[in-house]
Amino acid sequence: MYEIFSNWVAAFFTLCVFSFLYKDNPFYKFAEYLFVGVTAGYAIPLTYNMAFIPYVYQPIVLQHRWELLVPAAMGFLYVFTLSRKWNWLSRYPIAFGMGSVGMSVPLAMHAGVLVQMRGAMIPIQDINTFLVFIGTITILLYFYFSKAHTGLYGKVVRVGIWFMMVGFGASFGYTVMARISLLIGRIQFLIADVLGIIK
Amino acid sequence: MFKKTIPLIMVVTLGFLFVGFVFIPHKIAQDFYYVWFVDWIRAMSPFGLILGIMSITLAHTTRIRRKTPNWQYSILALVGLYFTAASGFIWGTQEGTPYMWIFKNIQVPMSATMFSLLAFYIASAAYKAFRARSAEATVLLITALIVMLGQVPIGISIFGEGIATLTQWILDVPNLASKRGIALGVGLGSVAVSLRILLGIERTYLGGGE
Repeated sequence: MYEIFSNWVAAFFTLCVFSFLYKDNPFYKFAEYLFVGVTAGYAIPLTYNMAFIPYVYQPIVLQHRWELLVPAAMGFLYVFTLSRKWNWLSRYPIAFGMGSVGMSVPLAMHAGVLVQMRGAMIPIQDINTFLVFIGTITILLYFYFSKAHTGLYGKVVRVGIWFMMVGFGASFGYTVMARISLLIGRIQFLIADVLGIIK
Repeated sequence: MFKKTIPLIMVVTLGFLFVGFVFIPHKIAQDFYYVWFVDWIRAMSPFGLILGIMSITLAHTTRIRRKTPNWQYSILALVGLYFTAASGFIWGTQEGTPYMWIFKNIQVPMSATMFSLLAFYIASAAYKAFRARSAEATVLLITALIVMLGQVPIGISIFGEGIATLTQWILDVPNLASKRGIALGVGLGSVAVSLRILLGIERTYLGGGE
């Protein structure tokens, strides 16, 4: 009985969201606002148990690491973002977090540039490695905006656009498949779990 | 000075210390990050949620107070927010509690359905792009179609193993070139933006005003 009730509640909210396919309506709005509230509400006890207790309460209260009161107080300054008069206080926790940008200079250079360049610098042995080489070069040329994309340069850059379209197409295909997989899951839930039409 | 200069000095000083952390394998440099910075960032992180809760509460109470169109739904959002949170604190967050029941039977179904709705809108967007009749849009859609058909049994049963091979070739060759070109562009862009922040040229993260 408990499971049937739970399934019907889930089915009701599933249908409320699907009703948007017809048009925006009170059932969809009901589900939409409740979804926002429940999702945010779900995060509160989770953050309390998984972040506040192990990283703030236990180290400070149980292990007496009083120095952590400084970041805790600094973290509290985030709330001043909402104040017109005191919002400059929220710059302190933001600035502290932004400090890690220093680490991203060498790391982005390594992961984003050097590793990719190492992968690209292989001997051109067949048509495939040649195509990868041409694709990489023409795409990089496309992102060079200091020269107008006209004439021969424009034609070369256009090859880069075509390569990018193939890449976007592959990503698009995967995204569509993921969404359709979710849709199949919801329809299976309605037909099998709720209505029991298929087993 | 306290409003902009000190936060800026914090970013620049910490930034250069982090550059040092990456290049200096000495224990002091490593402890600076793993012992000091990570613990401090972790101790700060839960407080970001307070801002989120205050922001959502303020937005919805303002809507209710001003009686803006559809303000009644804001009551629902606030009830959902505080009831879910309270249920987690009162009855716990383990399996079998009301908190988990809300998550499994309200949050998860709505979340999955919201994302599955995108299947329809993506299909509609693809159709509109196809109607635009541009060569680029056609290449994009044909690639997407091949990749999709090459991954499902129905595609292979209609077109044979060739479509799976073609899909793999697309992923391994033109897709790799595309992703590599974009990754290099993004990598160089990230380095440039990080350097601008590190040198104090980029200050937008400090927000507007004084």
